[in-house]
Amino acid sequence: MRGLANSVQIALGAFGLGLAIGIAGAWGKLYGSPVVRDLMEIYTTVVRAVPELVLILLLYYAGTDLINRALDSFGYAPVDISGLAAGIGVLGIVQGAYATEVIRGAILAIPQGQIEAARAYGMPPGKMLRRITLPAMLPFAIPGLANLWLIATKDTALLAVVGFNELTQETRQAGATTKAYFTFFVAAGVLYLLLTLFSNVIIGRIERWARRGMPPVAESGR
Amino acid sequence: MAAGHAAQHPARSDGQAAEAIHVENLHKKFGQLHVLKGVSLSARDGEVVAIIGGSGSGKSTLLRCINCLENPTSGIIRVNGEEIRLKPNSLGDSVPADRRQIERIRSRLGMVFQSFNLWSHMTLLENVIEVPVHVLGVKRADAIAEAERLLARVGLAEKRDVYPAYLSGGQQQRAAIARALAVQPRVMLFDEPTSALDPELVGEVLKVIGDLAREGRTMVLVTHEMKFAREVATHVIYLWNGVVEEEGPPEQLFGAPRSERLKQFIRNIG
Repeated sequence: MRGLANSVQIALGAFGLGLAIGIAGAWGKLYGSPVVRDLMEIYTTVVRAVPELVLILLLYYAGTDLINRALDSFGYAPVDISGLAAGIGVLGIVQGAYATEVIRGAILAIPQGQIEAARAYGMPPGKMLRRITLPAMLPFAIPGLANLWLIATKDTALLAVVGFNELTQETRQAGATTKAYFTFFVAAGVLYLLLTLFSNVIIGRIERWARRGMPPVAESGR
Repeated sequence: MAAGHAAQHPARSDGQAAEAIHVENLHKKFGQLHVLKGVSLSARDGEVVAIIGGSGSGKSTLLRCINCLENPTSGIIRVNGEEIRLKPNSLGDSVPADRRQIERIRSRLGMVFQSFNLWSHMTLLENVIEVPVHVLGVKRADAIAEAERLLARVGLAEKRDVYPAYLSGGQQQRAAIARALAVQPRVMLFDEPTSALDPELVGEVLKVIGDLAREGRTMVLVTHEMKFAREVATHVIYLWNGVVEEEGPPEQLFGAPRSERLKQFIRNIG
């Protein structure tokens, strides 16, 4: 149970971080200067090209090492980075790359006239993002973001390799001590399933709300 | 409000109304394509200037340059006597040099688009109060009261809580006009406001625009509705191939056109 709580915590944090990176990344890719665009392109390409397991190992070990070396060179004592923070950071960077593309696509799907109307009425860029662009792109982004959230809940299992006590790691330990592997892994599977089912209910509600201005798609065969 | 206006827009010493829109020698190139070749336009307070012309004549581009939705290549644009400060960009166009200035000018130009462009995630009421509350800083309660009045005026009072997608094109365009009125525009810009409408819905929108014209609002109107332009306009500009081919009062332009191209244009469209 503590493993599940840890998993959910990491997934929430990583998804939130990914969302923030995704919004900034999509904005950078669409409206940024050529340099910003190239940087974003490199980020999304590299992160999406390298297997997540490799990225996790790389960022976790190399990342903490780099941070501590940097701290050391500035004369600070090395810090022990908590597994939680590291997990959120690593998965957040991975999620951010995918979210960038989901959100970029969703922004491109907004009828451009709505953005133009905001410009024509003198809305400053920040307000336009908050009041028009983000709410208008949400209905197009939700299916993709819902996928990302479900992937985030399960990617937490990958953190087991760096010894973080999330659900899968706890299950393995419980199995190892009791030898009842089957029971514990089935239980873990059921917990992942419940998490997904619960997520689906929430996502459905958010999607209904986000699509409030859109007429329902006509049912075929009536 | 009235005092502020008087100070900002002093009446001309010659007794004529002040110039609300002044465009001088405007050029616009899209790459190799030279769309506007030195166009000038002037609209005094209370005037309704109609821009007519065939497709590709540059009439929409001209309108969209007034609030810099389209960046002109060169030229002078003044709104209520204030010149929009422009600076060249890397594409060879002139872009607004001061973001706050252009935002301030835009916020008082009520623009109505061909395809309505209402914000789909907001109800009609939310659409109408959006700019007053979030750009102009009007108190929400005041903005709502004003929006209700404006929606009633365009005949949509009972639709205030409906989302745009559930309305007909004519209703959406009337709501878009209410949105434009909500900013208390100094000038209203209409970009072919009836071109995207089914023929039976054109009348209801033209009626609203006509009423606004008759109450003395300053407007610049790009339109294909020649009969309407003749009725409401105080000045008509016929644009051909990026230049002003002929301009004058509507009776003159439609009654006794001098240019061969305009004669042919009126014959074809009428």
